[in-house]
Amino acid sequence: MPGFVELWVYLSATPLFGLSATLAVYTVAQSVYARADQAPWANPVLWTVLVLASVLLAAGVPYQTYFSGAQFIHFLLGPAVVALAWPLWLRRGELRQRWGRLLVAALAGGTTASASALALAWALGLPAEVMLSMVPKSVTAPVAMGIAEKIGGIPELAAVFAVITGMVGALAGKYLFAALRIPTDRSGWAARGFAMGTAAHGIGAARAMQVDTDAGAYAGLALGLQVVLASLLIPLVFKFF
Amino acid sequence: MQALRGLTWLLLLQSAGELLSRGLHLPFPGPVVGMMLLLLALRWPLVSEPVSSCANFLLSHLSLLFVPVGVGVMTHISLVSQYGLRMLAVVVLSTLAGLSVTVLCLHRLRDRDGTAHKPDITEPG
Repeated sequence: MPGFVELWVYLSATPLFGLSATLAVYTVAQSVYARADQAPWANPVLWTVLVLASVLLAAGVPYQTYFSGAQFIHFLLGPAVVALAWPLWLRRGELRQRWGRLLVAALAGGTTASASALALAWALGLPAEVMLSMVPKSVTAPVAMGIAEKIGGIPELAAVFAVITGMVGALAGKYLFAALRIPTDRSGWAARGFAMGTAAHGIGAARAMQVDTDAGAYAGLALGLQVVLASLLIPLVFKFF
Repeated sequence: MQALRGLTWLLLLQSAGELLSRGLHLPFPGPVVGMMLLLLALRWPLVSEPVSSCANFLLSHLSLLFVPVGVGVMTHISLVSQYGLRMLAVVVLSTLAGLSVTVLCLHRLRDRDGTAHKPDITEPG
């Protein structure tokens, strides 16, 4: 048999590996998620990341090699941020009618998330660059990386915090909103979705879109709003410190 | 074909956004400027029709796009093993705080506003 090891070494070094492994694991995770009735614990991003990271670590494949293939998926985050204008545009009527309330909620939620992360990280004695990387964690990953870089954090770490934040939101949202007695009528779903998009960005929004169309639309709207507010306000606030 | 045209628009607007962001030293990253440009351009059917099919596809698979960065956690294994639990505690607690404040804020503001309680006439049930 021509060495399996040599074949594996060849395949794992091509971009084909990172790209196909990501898609393969994700599609499997997605169908498990569908089978599990979209239970929060079965979150496809969580499991895909865990499986891929464990496989790479176990097989000794460096992250750079994996990313040479996965970058083709990563690249689509840029156009996806541009595409966020679409849900905003679809809800422009409601946005015009309720912009005051939505803006207050987006500012309050975004500020709470960033400020509480900063305060807790400080209280627990985390290093400064870790603290700063946590500030933009409720903004979608590609934008969080840019903000972190501007204020002196580590972009890669900021992206990881953003992804974990999104997963926490997607996992806990349902139970938290039930505990807070937020109803499941039309405006209750709107509030739930908006909170998911504000505090748990794209991953929370993806969860909201699967659960309810109203929640999904408001999540998309909140996500777009948070991107604009955070990239404007966070660097501005940090300029004064 | 429509979806391909839509992707072309998204990429062109992102490029325009990058140029504007860097050229004018705007506080927003390129894709965010691109999003604002798209918001202005969506009034034209030439843009909105192709973009709708592409945007729906991209946004419905949004969570997949976070996987490559998420796997990057493996490169910070030493930081994770040193501060992992504390970092996780901070992220979990601050996310719950952010979610609660946003949802309660909107919910309270709705309660004060009587019109939001009226059933929507256009919506059955």
